[in-house]
Amino acid sequence: MDPVALPFEKRALANGLDVIVHEDHHVPIVAVNIWYHVGSKNERPGQTGFAHLFEHLMFEGSAHHDSGYFPPLQRAGGVLNGSTNADRTNYWEVVPTSAIDLALWLESDRMGYLLPALTEQRFQTQRDVVLNERRQNYENRPYGLAVMAIMMALYPEDHPYHWMTIGAADDLRAMRLEDVQSFFRTYYHPANASLALAGDIDRARAFELAERYFGELPAGARPAPVRAAAAIDREVRLMLEDRVELPRIYMAWHSPAMFADDDAEMDLLADLLANGKTSRLYRTLVYERRIALDVSAYQNSRELSGFFLLVATAAPGQHPADLAALIDVALQEVSDEGPSEAEMERALAQAEAHFMYRLQTVGGFGGKSDQLNAYNVFRGDPGFFAADLGRYRAATRDSVREAARRVLQADRRVALSVVPRGQPALALAGSEPVSVS
Amino acid sequence: MPVDRSRLPEVEPDPPFRFPRVARHTLANGLDVRTVEHYTVPVVACALLVQGGAGADPPGAEGLAALTADMLDEGTGDLSAIDVSEGFARVGAEYDVDVGPDGAQFGLTVLARFLEPSLSLLADTVVHPSLRAADFERVRKLRLDRLRQLKDQPPAVAERTFLRLLYGAHPYGHLPIGTERALGGCRLERVAEFHAAVFRPARATLVLAGPLPHERLVHVAEAAFAQWTGGAADEGWRAGDIDPAHAPPRIAVVPRAGAAQSELRIGHLSATRTTPDYPALLVMNALLGGQFVSRLNLRLREEKGYTYGARTGFDWRKRLGPFAMQASVDTAATAESIRDTLAELAAIGDDRPPSDEEMALARASLTRGYPRSFETAPQVARGVAQLALFDLPDSYFEEFVPKIMAVERADVVRAARRYVDPGRAVTLVVGDHAVIGESLVALGLGEPQLVPATDSASGTE
Repeated sequence: MDPVALPFEKRALANGLDVIVHEDHHVPIVAVNIWYHVGSKNERPGQTGFAHLFEHLMFEGSAHHDSGYFPPLQRAGGVLNGSTNADRTNYWEVVPTSAIDLALWLESDRMGYLLPALTEQRFQTQRDVVLNERRQNYENRPYGLAVMAIMMALYPEDHPYHWMTIGAADDLRAMRLEDVQSFFRTYYHPANASLALAGDIDRARAFELAERYFGELPAGARPAPVRAAAAIDREVRLMLEDRVELPRIYMAWHSPAMFADDDAEMDLLADLLANGKTSRLYRTLVYERRIALDVSAYQNSRELSGFFLLVATAAPGQHPADLAALIDVALQEVSDEGPSEAEMERALAQAEAHFMYRLQTVGGFGGKSDQLNAYNVFRGDPGFFAADLGRYRAATRDSVREAARRVLQADRRVALSVVPRGQPALALAGSEPVSVS
Repeated sequence: MPVDRSRLPEVEPDPPFRFPRVARHTLANGLDVRTVEHYTVPVVACALLVQGGAGADPPGAEGLAALTADMLDEGTGDLSAIDVSEGFARVGAEYDVDVGPDGAQFGLTVLARFLEPSLSLLADTVVHPSLRAADFERVRKLRLDRLRQLKDQPPAVAERTFLRLLYGAHPYGHLPIGTERALGGCRLERVAEFHAAVFRPARATLVLAGPLPHERLVHVAEAAFAQWTGGAADEGWRAGDIDPAHAPPRIAVVPRAGAAQSELRIGHLSATRTTPDYPALLVMNALLGGQFVSRLNLRLREEKGYTYGARTGFDWRKRLGPFAMQASVDTAATAESIRDTLAELAAIGDDRPPSDEEMALARASLTRGYPRSFETAPQVARGVAQLALFDLPDSYFEEFVPKIMAVERADVVRAARRYVDPGRAVTLVVGDHAVIGESLVALGLGEPQLVPATDSASGTE
């Protein structure tokens, strides 16, 4: 058997809830992981930030346990958390094997019976917490608003990737409890969810417990999929003044959706261009020319479409235009000639190793239970792990070069310069000032 | 059978768990090697700990330990920095460096089949770094620029200023990255000197955890590190005594005009990692602010919505380390958050000792989830390296749960009285002084001392 494997068994309950089980008996813990197929892309303009604020409310109590979710689970030695992005919302617990009933009781109670416990006061307090989360992670953080500005430029106003998951502060303030209740009814039910159990539990018992706690919940209507398209046909140059010491340049392109053709190639390109000292741009900008402090790139694969982001911070006294010029040369080279044989070998070795490292933990963000749910929700197949690695194994110098040529075009991108306040001359020529808050 | 939703299900007794068995060996050159057999996926984790962190930085050379650690993978023998990085990358190995107050730790995670070449490369960089002048200039400059960038980040500004206020001129009083002035004047010879004095086998511990027998792991360690020579560990290059006469201000502000939030640190020097009161302090911290369900987070986040999260913690060191609360709070709620925090710090050893419920929750959350800390090879390797850093026994993991369970309410109250004192706590605010200044004066902690966000002026002496 290929040791890089993630075996599982999947069954659906009568109400539509997918249940996926993976056994791993090394440590006496079980990971419970639930995905709801809803994220900020299900929001509408004027109501942004909804999906994420809702996630906070899921920890405040449900009809039969009308107080916080942390105390009973912490008392049992469990850890728990949740997160929201554009495409999905996930919730997880990692508990000692002895507390599996407790975790499933609670998860099923908030899936089926949340609303009676959802009070105006809890809603108001969590809204304040989220406004503080927004201040801490975006408003009060250097360069914290840059990606927000990029999303606004990359996607039209009615496209659900136009806004970030944290939402607009004004929208959060305008939100009402009734809106939250109707959000729950639409998206939080078994037919829109996927449950993965991984760890020290045998399969038969896992399915029996899933049926016992979730089987009684009524199925809901599967929400209609969101569809939207976006393209960009020129280079959009923007400038954002921020409380920063050093200017930074961001370049963003529309790129393939998650698991679509070229998605893995773009991921490999990100590594090849800007991940670690061996990458082309690190070598040129940071190691040899020393005009940048750092450079990074990543392929952000999402359900409707992806975006590829490249970021570099100028060294003191250096102008971002000089960084941009060298970046453009490197992009042209990789589009013309593709990666070298040695670069492909290295990239594949790293992919092989990282897939193995991903098998080390059963729970939490990125653990095996989270991966099974990701594959199930986005591909309808929890067993996509091997095929996922296969995408990287199948990539070639030619396929990577072609992907670069298609995606990384200098005249179809957003180029954002973030500059210290009062120094607009540090932006790329012709940049339009933007204001984000 | 329908689910009984009238009450939460009972949690059964904790499942049995076998903690990792640590085997020790000493190589001929004096290197302490500790191995753990960890059979899950074919991944081996290595942690090389060297005693001597930022606390060993000589006066005027703040940042030397971290700079030295950063220089090691910049080349060895004929290999350049790029070659070294390529050597790890082409087998998918992950390399990281972490310099703390008392030690530097080099981590390597690698597929078991690539263990030998990766560990050999790590050993070559640690034992025979090239320390070339051009690399040194580049790395030193990058760290200076990084320091400059930290001025934009409220949490980093707070961390840096808080340590300076608490410790004054003691080497614990700066972040491992150091200061502009010291890094600006640092020369390559200092790095070579630090490397020669500190990077000796007698000061180091190598931990290997992975799916191989002890003998095999030791063999691989020996093959890689037998080349390491060096005399006995001298007693220098460690953090010295802390000046008990150093008196920090009660309240200080780093002004940040227009800040959306105030970054807070509230605390004082408190305890050492090796205190026998360690278990009581862990329980106390858990219920006061060490986890989500704790007095401070419930009050500031869940009840009042002032912050995305507030927590307390001990910064464990070989010598006296801080106990402090940290949070980023809405500017308008700054004074109120400070008042609430000081009240909670006072109450636990005084009029609101822990309830039975709080005691049970804190003990259970620390012990019942403990096996989770041993799931992956990197977790195990890091855990064992921590034991080495603080000279704790191999039986530590097994003794942890019984020791925590033995902590009683009276122990927590006694520990709180001895180790937590709002009366000598330093309150540091990185925030919009024009908006909050008056409300801070009204706290009754005296006139706030204003501290700029640059290192040259942040001293208190």
